[in-house]
Amino acid sequence: MEFFKQNTSINFMALRKWAMSLSALVALLCIVTLSIKGLNWGLEFTGGTEVIAAFPQAENLETVRSTLEQAGYKDVKVQSYGTAKVVLIRLGGKQEDMENKDIGKEVVAHLNGATLQSTAYIGPQVGKELATSGALALVLAMLGTAIYIGFRFEYRFAISAAVALIHDPLIILGIFSYFQMEFDLTSLAALLTVMGYSLNDTIVVFDRIRENFRKSRKGTPTEIVNLSVNQTLSRTIMTSGLTLLAVLSLFFFGGETLHGFATAMVVGIVVGTYSSIYVAGALAVALGLDRRDLLPTSRDTPDDTP
Amino acid sequence: MNRYPAWKYILVVVVIVFGIIYSLPNLYKKDWAVQVSADSTHTLDDNTLNTVRAALASQQIQYSQVEKMASDSVTYHFANADVQLRADDVIKDTLGEGYTVALNLAATTPKWLQSIGAEPLHLGLDLSGGVHFLMAIDVNSLITHRMQAAERNISDSLRKNGIRYVGLQDTQNGISIRAPDRATADKISAVLSQDYPEFTRTLTPDGQQWVIMANLSEQARADAQNFAVDKTLSVLRKRIDELGVNEPIVQRQGVDRISVDLPGIQDTARAKQIIGGTATLEFHLQDVQHDAEQAKETGLIPPGTTLYPYTPAGITQAIPVLLQDRVVLSGSSITNATTTMGEDGRPAASITLGGGGEAAFYRITGENIGKPLAIIYVETALTPVTVNGETQYTQRKNERVISIATIQSALPSTFQITGLSSIKEANDLSLLLRAGSLPTPVAIIEESTIGPSLGAQNIDKGVFSIEVGFIVIVIFMMIYYRFFGLLADIALGMNLVLLVAVLSFLGATLSLPGIAGILLTLGMAVDANVLIFERIREELRNGVSPQASIQAGYERAFSTIVDSNVTTLIAALVLLMIGTGAVKGFAVTLTIGIMTSMFTAITGTRAIVNLIYGHKVRLTKLSIGI
Repeated sequence: MEFFKQNTSINFMALRKWAMSLSALVALLCIVTLSIKGLNWGLEFTGGTEVIAAFPQAENLETVRSTLEQAGYKDVKVQSYGTAKVVLIRLGGKQEDMENKDIGKEVVAHLNGATLQSTAYIGPQVGKELATSGALALVLAMLGTAIYIGFRFEYRFAISAAVALIHDPLIILGIFSYFQMEFDLTSLAALLTVMGYSLNDTIVVFDRIRENFRKSRKGTPTEIVNLSVNQTLSRTIMTSGLTLLAVLSLFFFGGETLHGFATAMVVGIVVGTYSSIYVAGALAVALGLDRRDLLPTSRDTPDDTP
Repeated sequence: MNRYPAWKYILVVVVIVFGIIYSLPNLYKKDWAVQVSADSTHTLDDNTLNTVRAALASQQIQYSQVEKMASDSVTYHFANADVQLRADDVIKDTLGEGYTVALNLAATTPKWLQSIGAEPLHLGLDLSGGVHFLMAIDVNSLITHRMQAAERNISDSLRKNGIRYVGLQDTQNGISIRAPDRATADKISAVLSQDYPEFTRTLTPDGQQWVIMANLSEQARADAQNFAVDKTLSVLRKRIDELGVNEPIVQRQGVDRISVDLPGIQDTARAKQIIGGTATLEFHLQDVQHDAEQAKETGLIPPGTTLYPYTPAGITQAIPVLLQDRVVLSGSSITNATTTMGEDGRPAASITLGGGGEAAFYRITGENIGKPLAIIYVETALTPVTVNGETQYTQRKNERVISIATIQSALPSTFQITGLSSIKEANDLSLLLRAGSLPTPVAIIEESTIGPSLGAQNIDKGVFSIEVGFIVIVIFMMIYYRFFGLLADIALGMNLVLLVAVLSFLGATLSLPGIAGILLTLGMAVDANVLIFERIREELRNGVSPQASIQAGYERAFSTIVDSNVTTLIAALVLLMIGTGAVKGFAVTLTIGIMTSMFTAITGTRAIVNLIYGHKVRLTKLSIGI
């Protein structure tokens, strides 16, 4: 089975000005919504209330969770506590709200037959150190990959890859912010995954661009990038398509708790594939990439001659 | 052209066998268990085990397996959580003090796998739950200490300011200071407001005299409490980290509680001993001017000293000693401690001082050369008592003089202490000293197993959805790339087995972020094969012979795969080194996954391709979907 019998020659780069403007606009909107609305941080980051409730018989945890979500509580997490008859319910919300209200009684009132055992405010599970060390780690990771790309390819590629690497999570965070979806540790994991995926995609396209620059003596940088994107097109469709299928399965069958994760992944794969062509590829051209920058120095290829 | 030397085939086979064996333990289920550990002063002999067996039998509690973990630790396996909880109560009641009884989830790895070090993956709290401890902090004793210290300081500063007061005492409501007249009372109030702004003051006349009640303000109380809780949180985190427990959750709960969640299949009994541990050291000078024997007989203890029993090494009978109350050095000045062997071949601890305490210690020991210095091992037990529906705590200090030695010279900041009763005691003490001491004792007031925080049903759904995604990919690869697709599928399966084996072997904890990392590496493994196969197809379309196409396809795709994997690996390594918690969990699986996936996707598939196509001289067609 093949998607394309011959090599395609779609002029991807014709749209590059439009695409780059669109990316810039969307990125700007994401920054705006992030600075106005912020993120809806999950229970792990904010802390909340812990309610322990006992049932007369073993209780279905998912029923408890969905009942409470329908009653309007946010970030509901339900675990069995000791035996199957006792459940530990964690609810999101600010400390002040929790202290003023008798939240434990309210929660139990929604649950048929349950008796309240205890209520307590719980602090954030993730300390500030995760936020600071996590941010530092991301910046250094970006720097590290940029240095490697600059060393293996060329500095324009490094800059473009770094921009693409910021572009993708920014859009995902923007979507989380705009729709006020809960951003928890799971979503953070998805964000990291998407960044890794997008980076991989970008390097594959770059690699082909470098190879084509070295191979063909003619053609403008735009034509070369177009050719490279076309040559890797069936691979891109195959890989992105397959990953998207797997992630869509997560989205549809993975249940409520994985919804944030799956959403971030679906958006991330689409945006990541787009960004490796239109952000990374197009930006490298816009930055003035030239064949001479990529020709191997004689030192690099002593083995070419027999 | 497409032949591998024999060693490469052997390498692939060896790696696959390793992967299968070390991922095997993950196929066995986990049991609800209760772990029993003896404290340093007790042993788990046959008698004790028989008592437990009889007690369980009398309550008709059946266990499926008894597993001896070490000389002083035993694990009982039970059928379900209800039986486990009942058994926990029975064993606790039977053994009483001297033993730590803790709930646990135990692996049922067969002996032969255990003997080669094969253990199942530790699953995080989000995926499999674990053990939950609720600890209470004795805030009242903290406030009491604070008030006692303030009382001394206030009396000092009043004296320094030349203010004469009639009386000063620490009462239930605060510190009460009695002044002879109004003018003095105002002066006292002024000193208090300037030097002790954290105290509220109320002045009331009492005949000619005035009484000033100084009490800690609500804000100061709350600050003291928050400080104690925060400090306890950080000490507990350090202790659990020292224990090597992966991905615990330590969080504040309510005003004065801390909850500690530990993932299952770890040494929960030891964790329980360590998180609640209060062992520390105090150094006191011995009072040699008074006769300790006489003090013991008459009961007249010289002021400023305390009588202790002391059992020197090699002597069975305890002798009384008088020690000065003044603490020369306390555990809080110790920044590092490790277990060593003393010159007498008995366990010892090597101590390093820091944080400013070492200078004072050097000076005091220098001033007291020739005098005996005693080291006391101090443990504080905090027991909750419910009085009129309110929980109060009683503290009991357990002190033991472990050694008395004559100071030969001013002691430097690193030295060794001896007289510890066992290696375990030395280990635990060293760990507690390293992690820092708690600001105030804590008590474990609740203990329970908890289910996975993601919810069991959600995990089932998640697993189902991943299976569906996996099967779709596997089928599609076979349809699209035919035989080569099958190879990629085999490589993908091998990658998963290998990755799980390495993670299990390293004792890593897998939680959801880790699974995200695995998904990414599986995606990259698929991508690596897609890149190779697309290159082979390109070569075939260009009319290159099948054998040459295979060679060229692998070779050309190789640099792309290496570049993309190395770039991701750099990012993963940075996250691994700097990140904590979820970020780290993601980085661990990603780092290992990139390495295993490069091996299976490139070397693994190539080995099979070479084995099948390599020797065919007249190969005209490849089963690669075109």
